[in-house]
Amino acid sequence: MIWAFDLITLIFLVITAIISLQTKDLLSAAMIFGVYSFLMCLLWAGMAAVDVAFTESAVGAGVSAVFLIATVLRTTRRSSD
Amino acid sequence: MKSFALITVILTGWLLLSAVSDFPSWGDTESPANDYRLSQHYITETFPESSVPNMVTAVLADYRGYDTMFETVVIFVAGIAIMSILRRKPLDYLKDTGRETRSYKKDPDLIIDTTCRLMIPIIQLFALYVVAHGHHSPGGGFQGGVIFGASFILLALSRDLQAAQRWVPEKRVLNLAGIGILIYSGFGFACMILGSNFLDYEILHKIMPATPVEARSHSMLGVEIGVAFTCTAIMFSIYSNLASNGDMKETL
Repeated sequence: MIWAFDLITLIFLVITAIISLQTKDLLSAAMIFGVYSFLMCLLWAGMAAVDVAFTESAVGAGVSAVFLIATVLRTTRRSSD
Repeated sequence: MKSFALITVILTGWLLLSAVSDFPSWGDTESPANDYRLSQHYITETFPESSVPNMVTAVLADYRGYDTMFETVVIFVAGIAIMSILRRKPLDYLKDTGRETRSYKKDPDLIIDTTCRLMIPIIQLFALYVVAHGHHSPGGGFQGGVIFGASFILLALSRDLQAAQRWVPEKRVLNLAGIGILIYSGFGFACMILGSNFLDYEILHKIMPATPVEARSHSMLGVEIGVAFTCTAIMFSIYSNLASNGDMKETL
C-alpha cells in the first residue's frame, strides 16, 4: 500500500459517493456509481486482494452499472427528492 | 423526518468509525485472523493438499464449497425473481398501451458494429481464460461468467436484443442456469455416490485419470465451469428483462 495512492483514491471515493447521492439526474448518478465501484476496485488491488478487485471491476463497475442505466432509461431520469 | 435520518446516519457513522481504531493494522501477522491455525493451514497446506496455487479459489471452491454452491443458487434465484417480476407477454403489453406492432431492428452503425465485431470474440476468449485459469491465477467462475454475460450484453447494446437472443434465447438461458447448478451439485453427489462426504473431491480420483491431490484441482475447475454457466445465463437474462421492459422485444 502506497499512502499517496490510497489518499487520492479515498478522497475521490468520498467525492463520488457524495455526488452520486446528491445529483438529481439519475443517469449521471448511475455513471458516477460505476466510477465509485472502479475506485473500490483500485483500493482492493492496492491491498493485494486481486480476486476481490477482479469481482468488483466485473460485477460492480461493469455489469451493475449497465443494469442501473437500463433501469433508469426504462423508468424516469429525474429524481423526485 | 429528514433531520432525524441525518442524525441517525451521523450517529451510526460515528459508531462505526470509532470501532475502526480497534481493528488490527493492515497485514498484521499477530492479528487473530492471521494468527489462528485455520488460516495458517490454508496458507501452508493448500498447495500440498489440492495442487492449486491460488488459495482464494481453493477456499472458495473446495474448503468452503458448500457456501459457494448456495451462492450460485442465490444468483439463480435472483435471476428467476427478476424474470417473474418483469417478464410479460408481448401481446398483452401491446394491447395495454395500444402501440402498433413495429420492427424493432435498429440500423447498424458502421463504427459501432465493426468495433463490437472485433471486441466480442476477444471478451469471450478472455472470459473463458478467466474461468479455465481461475484456480491458478485471480479469477474464477463468477468473474468469468459475468464477463461472458457482458459480451452478450454488449451484442444486445450494439445491435438489438434479437441479435443476442439468437445465441442465448430465453429457453436456453433457463436451461444453462439450471445446468450450472446441476454441474456443481453433481460433483457433490458424485462424491457421495463414491462413498465420501458431499463435495469432498478427493474421492473422485477413482473416476478421474488423476491422483487424489490432482482430483481436487480438476473438480474445482469443474465446479467453476458450473458457476460460470449460471452467471452467464442469469446476467444476460437480468439485462434483457430490464432493458426490454419485460417484453423481450424492444431494446434501449
